[in-house]
Amino acid sequence: MAENVIGTDIAPPDLRAKITGRARYAEDFRAEGMVFAKLLLSPMPHARVRRVDTQAAEAMEGVLGIIRASDLPGEAGPRERALTDEPKYEGEPILAVAAVDETTAAAAVEAINVDLEELPFVLDPLESLREGGDDARLDGNTVKDREVFSLKWPDAVFEEAGEDRLPMGEPTAEWAVGDVEAGFAEAAVVVEETMVHQSVTHHPMEPRSCMAYWQNGKLFLHGSTQSTQQARNAVARSMELDVEDVVLVAEYCGGGFGSKISGAPIMTVPAVMSRKIGRPVMLRITRYEESYIGRARAGFQGWAKIGFRRDGRMTALDLYLVQDSGSYGASDFGTAGVVATASYQPENMRFRAIPVYTNTPPRSAQRAPGGAQIVAMLEPLVDKAARELGLDRLEIRKINAADGDGWLGPNQGRFTSARVREALELGAELFDWDAKRQLSGQTEGTKVTGVGIGLSPFTAGSSGRDGLLVVRDDGKLYVHQGIGNLGTHSIADTARAAAKVLDLSWDQVEIVWGDTRKHLPHSTVQAGSQTTFAHTRANHAAAEALVALLQELAARELGDSPESYRVADGRVFRAGNASVGMSFAEAARRAVALGGKFSGEEYPDDLNDATKAAVQGLAGQGLVAAAKDNYPRDGAIYSWVISFCQVELDKETGEVEIVDLASSADCGTVLHSRSLTAQTNGGVIQGIGMAKSQRWVFDPRWGVPLTKRFYTARPPGILDVPRSPRFAAVDLPDPQTPVGSKGIGEPPVGAGEAAYACAVADAMGGRYLRRTPVTSDMILAEMEGRSGPYELLDTHV
Amino acid sequence: MAVIRDMIPPFELYQPSGVEDAVRLVGEHGDQGWVLAGGLDTFDWLKDRIKRPAAVIDLGGVAELGGISETDDGGLEIGAMARLTAVAESGDVRSRFPLLAEAAGLVATPQIRNQGTLGGNIVQDTRCWYYRSGWPCYRAGGNVCYAGTSRSMNREHCILGASRCVAVNPSDTAPALVALDAEMTVANASGERTYAARDFFIGPEIDITRMTVLEPGDLLTRVRLPAPQPGARWYFEKIRDRKSWDFSLASVASVLHVDGDVVRDARIVVNGVAPYPVRSDAAEAVARGRAPDDETGQMAGEAAVQDARALRHNDYKIALMRNLVKRSVRDAA
Repeated sequence: MAENVIGTDIAPPDLRAKITGRARYAEDFRAEGMVFAKLLLSPMPHARVRRVDTQAAEAMEGVLGIIRASDLPGEAGPRERALTDEPKYEGEPILAVAAVDETTAAAAVEAINVDLEELPFVLDPLESLREGGDDARLDGNTVKDREVFSLKWPDAVFEEAGEDRLPMGEPTAEWAVGDVEAGFAEAAVVVEETMVHQSVTHHPMEPRSCMAYWQNGKLFLHGSTQSTQQARNAVARSMELDVEDVVLVAEYCGGGFGSKISGAPIMTVPAVMSRKIGRPVMLRITRYEESYIGRARAGFQGWAKIGFRRDGRMTALDLYLVQDSGSYGASDFGTAGVVATASYQPENMRFRAIPVYTNTPPRSAQRAPGGAQIVAMLEPLVDKAARELGLDRLEIRKINAADGDGWLGPNQGRFTSARVREALELGAELFDWDAKRQLSGQTEGTKVTGVGIGLSPFTAGSSGRDGLLVVRDDGKLYVHQGIGNLGTHSIADTARAAAKVLDLSWDQVEIVWGDTRKHLPHSTVQAGSQTTFAHTRANHAAAEALVALLQELAARELGDSPESYRVADGRVFRAGNASVGMSFAEAARRAVALGGKFSGEEYPDDLNDATKAAVQGLAGQGLVAAAKDNYPRDGAIYSWVISFCQVELDKETGEVEIVDLASSADCGTVLHSRSLTAQTNGGVIQGIGMAKSQRWVFDPRWGVPLTKRFYTARPPGILDVPRSPRFAAVDLPDPQTPVGSKGIGEPPVGAGEAAYACAVADAMGGRYLRRTPVTSDMILAEMEGRSGPYELLDTHV
Repeated sequence: MAVIRDMIPPFELYQPSGVEDAVRLVGEHGDQGWVLAGGLDTFDWLKDRIKRPAAVIDLGGVAELGGISETDDGGLEIGAMARLTAVAESGDVRSRFPLLAEAAGLVATPQIRNQGTLGGNIVQDTRCWYYRSGWPCYRAGGNVCYAGTSRSMNREHCILGASRCVAVNPSDTAPALVALDAEMTVANASGERTYAARDFFIGPEIDITRMTVLEPGDLLTRVRLPAPQPGARWYFEKIRDRKSWDFSLASVASVLHVDGDVVRDARIVVNGVAPYPVRSDAAEAVARGRAPDDETGQMAGEAAVQDARALRHNDYKIALMRNLVKRSVRDAA
């Protein structure tokens, strides 16, 4: 009997290489004759390139080539490409220079004169919505149904709002569930607030460096990406190549957080340059460049009005979000509205929003896009209502929590599972909420204690992908993973589903990943916390197919019916008489000899084309099983994290110290306990950073960012949180998936962010400072009754 | 010409092994030369291609600049190249000048303290992000200050000592050294000169392009700490957004001589609030002759900020400085 692989702590196969430094990331690769490229970035937030003088650069010894936007595949259009002649933010790449070394390439960039026509720019969405306000793009300031256009709100909208409320003109997105006015009529307590969640950059440790070369018309690309099989598709699309003509190597990824979901636009630069100059080209992205092209979370200027019955039930939620979409758009706002329903299951809700372009770097998903923002903005308002209702803050969350199958708005049906109350109770026990809440407001010396809870749901799965397994004549199981290795261990952990079905010990399992030459099946993009759910299913399905093939093979070779055979411990054998059977190694050899469906010459018709191609590539190499995840699933897949935070706020300095931190989760069955704890705590800390210290400051006069370095952007450090944040999972299976596990990557972020924000407001006697981050200067100003550093709706400060 | 960052341009590297050679090289290269100690300030400038020296004189091989030794009068002499970790962990520093050990131990991160030097920490340039972005401001030889306007992002900037430039001194050890009455020894081609720490740091009204008295050709060689007075109380606190790898929003260093229940003498220094560490004569005068308690601290704090003026986004620094001075009197131990 093999050990139980579900829930146990097994070191992933990439661990040693990472710890010892043997792991090769994109910029560690070298190719024969490789040269280097450097980028020329726009010095202005919005401009048009009139003329580029490259004469001096081209005359320099060692300079090999220059590419501009016109050299890229496809047409310049509304979508972002790697290079542009109309930069829409400071730092947008205009051209690239290749040279024999980076020193020469940099000197060549410096020798280029770019003549730019300055265009109007805007950093604040609300400014762009005013009559006479500038648009960030030549084609407009907002988008609806993929059409970019210019929208201005009448002055009256701004006048009516005054200085203390979000102006709310015509939105571009709107939906309602029930009747929000009727809900307010029923409410005993109504809270209403305007608040700001600022945009923040991703800052993965590994910048998006990439190296490319061509051989016989085929593009070989070493990149940093969260996904693999889907990233290859993205690279093929952006390069206008057939997928078969792209080889992507991406075995390790030094963090993505949603900024490297598939192929990054910048990957086309070394690819195109290499094709042009006939040499392998390495583009090492620096920290400075990463701060511009490395993606960012969309900010919100928001307003919420929330009604509660006397018993604490949320009767109405009215939400309005103005989204800072950066220069190329973002869809966070839509998710935010949906997540709000998952959080509180409001009896009635209205959602309105407008995304607005600004001349700031591109947005992309950032770990719980839309979700983290809305959770951090609304949770302190729930606390405010709890105070007014005289309800415990844990209780009000239990009262409004999704339960059982709950519902997801608008029109997204039921959840596959929701054990939010169990998670709240588990976390409360872990944190000792009953005792800790008594500490609220207690003062010792200059320090006052506050405690807070943050409840954060986020999407956690998808279905319908493919699994691909090979038993080779060494007797081992090879799990081919098209998902990427973004640092979450899911390349290994989702393979456990196959080991479980086969009752195979883990040391007989080999993971195949990270290189599209290795025949990888159709997979999810490694985003939206889909992977655990989607690929435990896909690998489970493939393993069941493999079991069926083994049984059939054994029956054929050894007699009796397929059903009379069992599979365990690397053998297929007759039930009741284990001596009749064969090892995996033998089965693999016989499969090769038999061919057909046993060795991958035949395969199910419902596989994705990518999987079919992978199976064809593997045919004849062993016993090959591929299957599509056809397991039934009826509902939205969501996970929840609840964080509890205790802080001490120094009234004389505004400094806040986190003295205790605990989190709990409903993410279905625990697949890998140690990794789950690390994932959750990491996300919680990332969220705390947004609430506490992380900034993306722009100079409003010049329209350019000032926080281009880690030390000025201030993402959180490990010393900013207690030494050992605690964690526990409900660990009950989702009934609609065979292994029972749901994703966990994203929900922790909003939980940590909100728990911290609520704890700080609690320490301040319930005063919520209505923005992120809340830094010590703002707290001190508030404690001292001095004017705060920013206006209510200021962004990028 | 286009701007490119994060790529160090070529330079001539000199690696002297003795102080004499180092001083000679620094003198020879003058304003075309750049002194490299730990590199934490240097490499930012070089990588960004904003400061472009023809020659870099690396002090890493000058062993005699690295030591910490006792002086005849019972004080300590610390070489400019002593690593911050060495200063923070030195038994002599910890027992006699815990204020300096504390300040040095709060610099940045362990890795940076292992690499960074006391001399480098003292003479480092300001971190004003406009100046550091290479904007042509007064301090960079231009004729405008980008940080001081009504729309500038200046939460981290100064409330005292502004003179065209509103940048602040970022050093953690500088206020401690001023509070400890340290002396800095500067060598150049014409010999050695010693400066009181308080006079070593200069404001923009004296020279807007420099943070210290050091001019091209000068080399800070050592810091001398006079013998500590027995029973002196001290206080150091650094307020920052993160607990590691962060410059201070403001910091305070104080040394108090308390006799019975009365402050006989006090040196109170605040950094991060002006282009130089501010020794507050007004706060010290208030503290002298009074009990080191909350009330005296409050009065001293108020006195310290009486001339402070906020920029658009840093009004909080007035309250912060006042409270830090209060704590430095009340909580000194």
